[in-house]
Amino acid sequence: MSETLTHSRARQMALPWLGMLLLFAVPFIVQGLGIPSLLGLATRIAIAALAAASLNVLLGYGGLVSFGHAAYYGLGAYTVGILNAQFVSGDLLFGIIPGTNQLWFTLPAAMLVSGLVAVCLGALCLRTSGVQFIMITLAFAQMIYFLFISLKAYGGDDGLLMRRPNIAPFINLHNSAHMYYLAVVCLIAYVLFCGRLMRSRFGRVIAGQRQSERRMVALGIQTYPYKLLAFVLAGMGAGLAGALTANYAHFVSPDLMHWTQSGDLLIMVVIGGAGRLWGPLLGAAVLIVLETMLSGWTQYWQIIMGPILVLVALYSPQLHRRLDLSA
Amino acid sequence: MLFLLAAGLTLVFGIMGVINLAHGSLYMIGAYAAAWTAMETGSFLLAAIAAIAAAGSVGMVLEMVVLRRFYARDHVDQVLATFGLVLFFNQAMALMFGRQPLFVTLPQALSGTVLVAPGVPYPVFRLLIIAAVIVVAVLLWLFIGHTRIGMLVRAGATNREMVRAMGVPIRGLYTLVFGLGAALAGLAGLLAGPIYSVQVGMGEQILISTFVVIVIGGVGSIRGASIGALLVGGMDTLLRAVVPALLQHVMQGPDADALAGGIASMGIYIVMAVVLLLRPRGLFPSL
Repeated sequence: MSETLTHSRARQMALPWLGMLLLFAVPFIVQGLGIPSLLGLATRIAIAALAAASLNVLLGYGGLVSFGHAAYYGLGAYTVGILNAQFVSGDLLFGIIPGTNQLWFTLPAAMLVSGLVAVCLGALCLRTSGVQFIMITLAFAQMIYFLFISLKAYGGDDGLLMRRPNIAPFINLHNSAHMYYLAVVCLIAYVLFCGRLMRSRFGRVIAGQRQSERRMVALGIQTYPYKLLAFVLAGMGAGLAGALTANYAHFVSPDLMHWTQSGDLLIMVVIGGAGRLWGPLLGAAVLIVLETMLSGWTQYWQIIMGPILVLVALYSPQLHRRLDLSA
Repeated sequence: MLFLLAAGLTLVFGIMGVINLAHGSLYMIGAYAAAWTAMETGSFLLAAIAAIAAAGSVGMVLEMVVLRRFYARDHVDQVLATFGLVLFFNQAMALMFGRQPLFVTLPQALSGTVLVAPGVPYPVFRLLIIAAVIVVAVLLWLFIGHTRIGMLVRAGATNREMVRAMGVPIRGLYTLVFGLGAALAGLAGLLAGPIYSVQVGMGEQILISTFVVIVIGGVGSIRGASIGALLVGGMDTLLRAVVPALLQHVMQGPDADALAGGIASMGIYIVMAVVLLLRPRGLFPSL
């Protein structure tokens, strides 16, 4: 009995390491297969997984269904895009902030901007709960979306082109392998950080309020600050993912914050299993591969995607429960 | 217009406890059905019947086939499923009618203007919309508050199991309520057709304003929906009229116009934020 327990524990410990090894090996595998375009797909998956992982903090651990997560993703991307535009033109942003194309400045800046906006909006959104929370996060995300559409100075709804990606010592983001490794390292760092966080007191409170908010309050814990912090951490993660997207695509547009993007992130989390540490990676991989295949097949691919989502919503919770039981 | 949608959605949501993103799709279906019938037959009356019937019946089928399975589920699952439905309906409409927007021409009798006050002409069709909204509001109020079915619906919202235990076929009742909400969306689509263009994705734009209306008004309250719709509609129009002029003083040219448009579309969200600060559950919480 105890032997099998330690055995499964060892397996649990080993699995993430194996997975990480696999992630790092992807560029070599792709090269071995001779299909270099797959690396771009892998990069997109890694970035989307990061964004989904940040949503997982809210949705999976906290049970807070944010339907406006793409806003922070887009904000992160726009931070990079706008800083780059200012750098190229040489003007100061708001008269005080110089533009930059240094990766080690733009990434933290993106997280900072997304985090700040998340503080403001989260403080408002978290006053509601349940369905109102879903609606209000969606509404605020749309608000930011419309704001960026109307920002003609930064491209409006045409988006903003970046002539070249950010630069940093030893990293050349023109090189697709470098780009991939950057995304994967960010993903792993964020996920490990989340895993660590969820074992802390903070994580216990967040998980506790998901199960029963009233009970947490009865224990004498004010849940609001914890939820707000989770909201901000999630926003920052999405901001980081957005910043990576901007560097990967050399292009930012309001489409990044469109509400279907928020929907996609939700789907990734649910496919991967809400509240599973590496679930978002699985979900992102499944969704993006599926999208790529279907859209290559027909222009009206969403007509197939839609019913698939209904089925996913219908059966994935049972499926995950069964997996939990068998594991 | 917003009221019709918000009323339908809040009916479905407040009473049945399902978040329905596909409500915008039903609105779109109503609009397409109306536009198509009007083009084929040239009769506005037939178009009206088609819009309401199409949206209502699609809604009921949807409820029976898909949504029924999600009542007891998490909101996440409901969001996902209805999100999938939105994608499906958008593409289905694109497939059937193409991506070009359809335009609806009004019959002669409705396209003129009348003088509502000396010297103030007003389009007949917009008057018709206002009249329709008032009629629907009164009927809904009578239906929910003063009929036997309305009573059962309210009872079902409070305690579903108890109503079932009393021998009421609650499943059929829910299908009916959902169909009613869908028919309201179809009616909204019909009325929207001649004002906006009928196109794929029209549902989502208005769906989000509808959410704002519901959050402001309080979930599940018809009265809240009407006040919220008035507030949002009024605010939006006011801002669109005033802000560009204000910004012209500060900035110049098309930039100012674009930014003003952005600020005006943000206006309703700011109203929502203020309302939530003061009354976290909306102006007229239902329970």
